[in-house]
Amino acid sequence: MMQLESTINGRCTQLEVNDNELLLDVLRDHLGLTGTKRSCEVEVCGACTVIVDGLPVSSCMLLASEIDGAEVVTIEGLRDTTFYERAQEVFTRHATVQCGFCTPGLLLTLWSLTDGRLGPLRDLREELSGNLCRCTGYQSILAAAEELTS
Amino acid sequence: MTDVIRRVDRQSRGTAVGRNVGRLDAAVKMSGRAEFVGDLEIPRMLFGAVLRSPVAHARIVGLDTSEAERMPGVVAVLTRDDLNDLDPFYGHAIRDRPIIALEKVRFVGEPVAAVAATTVAQAEAAILHIDVEYEELPVAANIASALDPAAPILHEGQLRSGAAHGLGDLPDRVGNICYQYAIERGHIETTDASAAIVIDREYTFPAVYQYSMETHAVIAKYSGGEIRLWANCQHPFLVRAEIAMLFDLAIEQVRITVPFLGGGFGSKSYTKMEPLAVALARKAGRPVKIVNRVDESMVTSRRHGMKCRMRTTATEGGRLLGREAQFWLDTGAYADNGPRVTATAGDAAPGPYRWQAFRVDGQCVYTNTSPSGSYRAFGATHLQWIGESQIDEVARAAGIDPLDLRRENLLHRGDEIRSRGKPLDADLIGDVEKAAAAIGWGRERLANRGMGVSVGLLAAGAHPVSMATVKMGATGGVAVLVASTEMGQGTRTVMAQIAAEVLTVPFSSVVVAGADTGFTPYDRSTGASRSTTVAGLGVERAAREVLDSLLETAQEVFGVEDPACLEVRDGAIWNGTDSRTMAELVVSRFGFIGGELVGHGEVKPESGSGSYEEGPVFWEVCVAAAEVEVDPETGVVTVLQTATVADVGTAINPKLVERQDEGATVQGLGNALFEEMIFAEDGNLLNDTLLDYRVPTTMDLPERMTSIIVENHDGPGPFGAKGCGEGAFAAVPAAIVNALADAGVLMNELPLTPRRVWQRIQQLEHRSSER
Repeated sequence: MMQLESTINGRCTQLEVNDNELLLDVLRDHLGLTGTKRSCEVEVCGACTVIVDGLPVSSCMLLASEIDGAEVVTIEGLRDTTFYERAQEVFTRHATVQCGFCTPGLLLTLWSLTDGRLGPLRDLREELSGNLCRCTGYQSILAAAEELTS
Repeated sequence: MTDVIRRVDRQSRGTAVGRNVGRLDAAVKMSGRAEFVGDLEIPRMLFGAVLRSPVAHARIVGLDTSEAERMPGVVAVLTRDDLNDLDPFYGHAIRDRPIIALEKVRFVGEPVAAVAATTVAQAEAAILHIDVEYEELPVAANIASALDPAAPILHEGQLRSGAAHGLGDLPDRVGNICYQYAIERGHIETTDASAAIVIDREYTFPAVYQYSMETHAVIAKYSGGEIRLWANCQHPFLVRAEIAMLFDLAIEQVRITVPFLGGGFGSKSYTKMEPLAVALARKAGRPVKIVNRVDESMVTSRRHGMKCRMRTTATEGGRLLGREAQFWLDTGAYADNGPRVTATAGDAAPGPYRWQAFRVDGQCVYTNTSPSGSYRAFGATHLQWIGESQIDEVARAAGIDPLDLRRENLLHRGDEIRSRGKPLDADLIGDVEKAAAAIGWGRERLANRGMGVSVGLLAAGAHPVSMATVKMGATGGVAVLVASTEMGQGTRTVMAQIAAEVLTVPFSSVVVAGADTGFTPYDRSTGASRSTTVAGLGVERAAREVLDSLLETAQEVFGVEDPACLEVRDGAIWNGTDSRTMAELVVSRFGFIGGELVGHGEVKPESGSGSYEEGPVFWEVCVAAAEVEVDPETGVVTVLQTATVADVGTAINPKLVERQDEGATVQGLGNALFEEMIFAEDGNLLNDTLLDYRVPTTMDLPERMTSIIVENHDGPGPFGAKGCGEGAFAAVPAAIVNALADAGVLMNELPLTPRRVWQRIQQLEHRSSER
């Protein structure tokens, strides 16, 4: 077991975690932040994407111990941003949401693309290739992403 | 009264139906608040983990759980010994599958034991301490080895029919063949006399994985005399019946709640993890939650791999004469939905053409691999690329444009398709012309590029039995109770639009909750593109009953004898310039702010029993066009553009229709180009993670995807609607294969991996250099 302290969705949070516990499990099972979704568990699908110190990461492949001192934002934290407000309107208009399982992770990736921290945007298709969606066929995702990042 | 209803229709058309209203569930899903089974917790809940067989075919000669039972947090370990008081076999088509392995295992991944513990980690740790001794048996890991006369037989004895296969009397098992479907029209032998063109080839279609991003998940609670389930199942009422049968309860004693599904695509149709979860909860005496990992869901349901031989004949001028098809579907170790898939594939084999004769013989084969079930447009996807590839070969041999050949030979509206059942209810020639035009058909071809079209049909609607309830309360709000499962397609939104349209109320005043067999009325299933058409008709009828009650009250309020004097508009009922809102009418009816109007809508077969042969509810068209480019140096195939046709009668929500076809297009593209589950000779699945089993990403999209919506207002559903969402899946791989053949590379095996395509190109070049 180890003690750690990090800022999760703007709140200073103290946690006691096992050395082998994954961030995804800690978020979902300890903190009840179930907007972060579990799917492939091999860092391919992007459903478990959260933002750690400004960068999108797959929480299924990150040991919880590594967020000691870090700032973590999950979908539950993104809800309070102006980006989210805009995204809601754009996603609804483009009918981008279908089953919704990939949506929180996708929104967090998109958010990270808009704040400039990742440097200049590459092709949006490349940027979003780490967020799988099996429902939409991606067209409406790309259309919404185009609007949100321009 | 009928007149009033008709006026309602005409005047209200377009207030909700036909509009791109935003989805009811968009906000809750974006916020991460939408609850999926994996997010739910119930009091005293334990977590389950499943020990799965590492071998494909073996007798279980020893099973020792004593060490696991002593592990920290472990409450119960379930094995075959806990099922002695039950008839533990389930299967809606064939009752061939035990809740947990009994005397033997039949595939790698079959559940052998399960542990319920206080945490997931404890349960997972405990299964590693269960000792199982296997006595291995010969393995038949593919169709060829399962059909070998010396093959090991997976299921001895007589097969028992399941309760919901809907295919009449099942034939007897022959070796490892669990089901056969044969159709014959005319005398195929006589067609050869006038045949100048004969195409005869063998084909291979891969097993693929649906990959709904949310894996199978279930919470089961067993308290003597009642079972409760929270499950991500597509067909809760069919699962309820199977659970009741297995655990010897009345169906009313089983209650299944279905929250949002993180995708389904058929992977969650029929019964999956539910029986095991109930058995484990029964043993533990506490509720148990089981959430599959992806590798576990991959061996829970998949699409059938297939071998096929097809022969097509035509005259020199390209008039189609006869078709013969034989195919073998690999259903894995248990039948699951294999029989229905076989029948649907058989019906797709001739394709919608004017044959003089055809003969189809399909076989559903047990192998020592994971069970195959439903996946979007099953059967049709298996056969359409083969049939359509041969149609194009005929066109090339006859020197006719493939589109012209189809114009000459396709069935027309009203033509018979099967000897019984619904004739063609769509304009296929018009549909394929639209798809072809969208990709620039007829344009001059560039080197290494090709274009293809494809046309097919899919029997849609399944058994047409669905009920719905619509309620209006004293504030004028509307609740729709309908058991269609919301798995991403937008059914809750569409149902709200239908109710809003009938009642002329704002879409935003309609609430649609999920399925709960305790409260939502019966709905057969969510699949076969049936929800909008069949369940939607139930919602329309239920809403009309509410409207009838409102009109009845309005007559009293206004003192009007003839309801035809009244007009329904804007959520109110009008008598000339005088009006009452619907909320006011409800209050008038009950005399206080309370009470509610309840309307019931029932949909049942229009005639006959609604069986498979008598169906379908409608024919879903499977029409697409594609343009591809092939790199002859590497064999890489790039899909440049696609066009699909959704012939939906009336689009209740056009954007949702487009999303259905776009999603199906990309799934079809994955199935055609690279998706493939690879089983080794020993029955092991070699690519059981998303690292090795690749699904399409944004990088795989064609430059251009066009989804065309055709509205002829000719569907049997509400407001002339008929379903969609599957046809494009069957059509897109076929169009891609034809486009690649047009570019010079005729393929008879999917997926079109660079290696396969490159090898084929080498073969073709070798052959032409020999000439």
